[in-house]
Amino acid sequence: MRKFLILLLIMLTAGWVNAQVKINGTVKDNHGHIIAGASIQVKGSYDGGVSDSTSHFSFKTFEKGEQILIVTNIGYKSIEQKITIGTEPIEIAFSLKEEISELKAVVVTAGSFEAGDKKRAATVLSSLDVVTTGGANADITAVIKTLPGAQQVGDKEGLFVRGGDGSETKQYIDGTLVNNPYFTSVPDLAQRGRFSPFLFKGTVFSTGGYSALYGQALSSALILESIDIPDRSEANASISPIFLGGGLQEVAKDKKSSWGITYNYTDLRAYFSLVKQNPDYFQIPFFHAADANFRIKTKKGGMIKYYTTFAANQLGLRRPNIDNPNLKNAFALQNTNWYNNISWRENLGNGWKMNLGGGYSTDHNIISQQIQNQSNLPVVTGFNWIDTTNFNLTTRGDLAQIKAVFDKRLSGISVIRFGGEYQYSYNKSDYNNYTALLPDHFKALFSEADLYITNDLAAKIGARFEQSSLLNKANLAPRLSMAYKTGKGAQMSIAYGEFYQKPENTYLYATTQFGYQRATHYIINYIKNTTLQTFRVEAYYKKYNELVKTFPAYNNNGNGYAQGVELFWRDKKTFQGLDYWISYSYLDTKRN
Amino acid sequence: MKQLLIIVSMFFVGMAVAQSKYESAMAKGLEQMKAANTAEDMSAASAFFERIGDAEKDKWLPYYYAAQSNIYAGWMNPKADKDKVGEKSKDLIAKAEAIEHNSELYCLKQMASILEMMVDPMTRYQTYGAEAKNALEEAQKADPNNPRIYLLDGQTLMNTPEAFGGGKAVAKKLFEKSLELFKTFKPASPLHPNWGKDQAEKLLAACQ
Repeated sequence: MRKFLILLLIMLTAGWVNAQVKINGTVKDNHGHIIAGASIQVKGSYDGGVSDSTSHFSFKTFEKGEQILIVTNIGYKSIEQKITIGTEPIEIAFSLKEEISELKAVVVTAGSFEAGDKKRAATVLSSLDVVTTGGANADITAVIKTLPGAQQVGDKEGLFVRGGDGSETKQYIDGTLVNNPYFTSVPDLAQRGRFSPFLFKGTVFSTGGYSALYGQALSSALILESIDIPDRSEANASISPIFLGGGLQEVAKDKKSSWGITYNYTDLRAYFSLVKQNPDYFQIPFFHAADANFRIKTKKGGMIKYYTTFAANQLGLRRPNIDNPNLKNAFALQNTNWYNNISWRENLGNGWKMNLGGGYSTDHNIISQQIQNQSNLPVVTGFNWIDTTNFNLTTRGDLAQIKAVFDKRLSGISVIRFGGEYQYSYNKSDYNNYTALLPDHFKALFSEADLYITNDLAAKIGARFEQSSLLNKANLAPRLSMAYKTGKGAQMSIAYGEFYQKPENTYLYATTQFGYQRATHYIINYIKNTTLQTFRVEAYYKKYNELVKTFPAYNNNGNGYAQGVELFWRDKKTFQGLDYWISYSYLDTKRN
Repeated sequence: MKQLLIIVSMFFVGMAVAQSKYESAMAKGLEQMKAANTAEDMSAASAFFERIGDAEKDKWLPYYYAAQSNIYAGWMNPKADKDKVGEKSKDLIAKAEAIEHNSELYCLKQMASILEMMVDPMTRYQTYGAEAKNALEEAQKADPNNPRIYLLDGQTLMNTPEAFGGGKAVAKKLFEKSLELFKTFKPASPLHPNWGKDQAEKLLAACQ
């Protein structure tokens, strides 16, 4: 009996062992690269295995007959395959296709740096870097200047990119143009930007070849995206001998809406009395600044945001006159600026998205310069070239605009985008009682497609049509860029584009018989990224045509070029606790 | 009558067998997880749990353990691509949450966010740190008596500089609270999460 039982037991176990069928094979991607960690499972059962670092897997199953094997791995399309399990081991090779996803897909990086917290190839700075970079004093422009392509210009505000003037870089907040992003120019002193970096969650600094959604900038676009609903309610107040301010940010309990206001007053009197200043200030700078915002999450997950800021400031300073060291130039400035931005983004369903933006800003300046003698009294020298530098200037610049962009998702993650914008600008200048007016109705239509052919190959094709009533001329600007992934974390991209810009108001006040200035950009770029290191190199060639010339008469006959190479290296890995970046720019440029 | 009885009892036996198949597989998985000494073993345990989850469809526990062992595997292999591990873990948690939302799953979310944060803590603190904090707040809302909430909170704060509200003193109180709750904590079944007591004791000792 006992023998029989043992026999039975052995037979049973043997039966069990026999009943298990071995399934083994390999998992690779469609280029034949090994995929480790892919899961293989007999559908509906617990039986399965995982591919190892040599792509092999092997497991045993009790299942019999017609079964389905499922192979899954994150980032790849799953495969289901019918198999018939008999008694023989099964050998099977799988080839998985990569899923085209926003996280993995290559993005065009030619001419573009990003700051923000998205894990993208062009991201070289985090939001935190923008506020903590040494020497930048939490000024967005000053941080951007640490990147290659931006020039170190210390005596004038603005971003001077690849040989272009500060006025050839335009700033956009939530899609709409900012007319006066900096405090009004003072001779030889760079001014700060008006906007706090804490307002933004993402920044794209384009050194060229930028999207067809933007225009009227020959060199560069700085595209800022404001934050949504903040994490928590906050109230703050600060007081110091030079600064007085307070603010309130209130977030609704359901985190669906928020509002906030701040006010601050800066007066540099105390600081200037301690730290002697080189220019002799007869009006020590003071600033009033107030802003308010509200943000509402819509029912469908969209967002409406409004931001307004008001600023008033004054200053006055004396500098030696360069023609006669016994004389001084007394420069005085009063500026008031009111800026409004409203935007609404909404998911319309069916793959459609909408971005609406509107803005109104008005900027007023009263500027004067007076020739004074050593006792700071006005003098008339009798020398024409000196006396004509006395001036009284009042300016007013208004800009009202609306912009609409629609996105339609095509197959996969490819997107087509189109829209239009309308800007009404009104500029008035009164120079020594000589008045000039520049009203302009500016219209633009644009369309752009992001095409993802595979995860490794993407293209962006766009065009922009613009018309200005002031110049009474239209232009059509094509834009094209492509990116190709050359390896893990490495990619190459190229960009081409035509960029038009109206001549500056200074020239338009004299005559509006101008055409658009034009720049053609060609950019090639290579990036290698790991989580803690970034290496990028970029070469470019820019051709300028129809630049404004003032001699012998006002005309559009100027031309020029800019070419160069730029390097960027950021490393958080080599030295424990040290994070550094190195920017190198080589620029060769000439304008005529 | 007799026939009906037989049919009914057979039905129950059938259910018991099905039940025990699940239970024994889960028990096997938990053994595997406990015995795992390398990241590879831990990943294999994770894949095993995931297969159970995929087959069962209405049970969140397999996915819970699949995500937990996946996160552990991420920590055990210093060369692991923590972003990828985090993404996969969050994917598994989402599958479990499609069945049920509960305090334990929110705790796992915190663990996944911390894993991703540690890739580059200085720059990621603001986003992933906030994500982790939110997850624990949700966990507390779902069940304030879950001792693992305070264990995880303490563990994070222990490694946070005092200037940012962390430090051993703050963490100590949380570990004490966690251990206090462990005294009365009873898992809903032998398969439900019941880990963390030893860890809390060890960390408390480290705070002394």
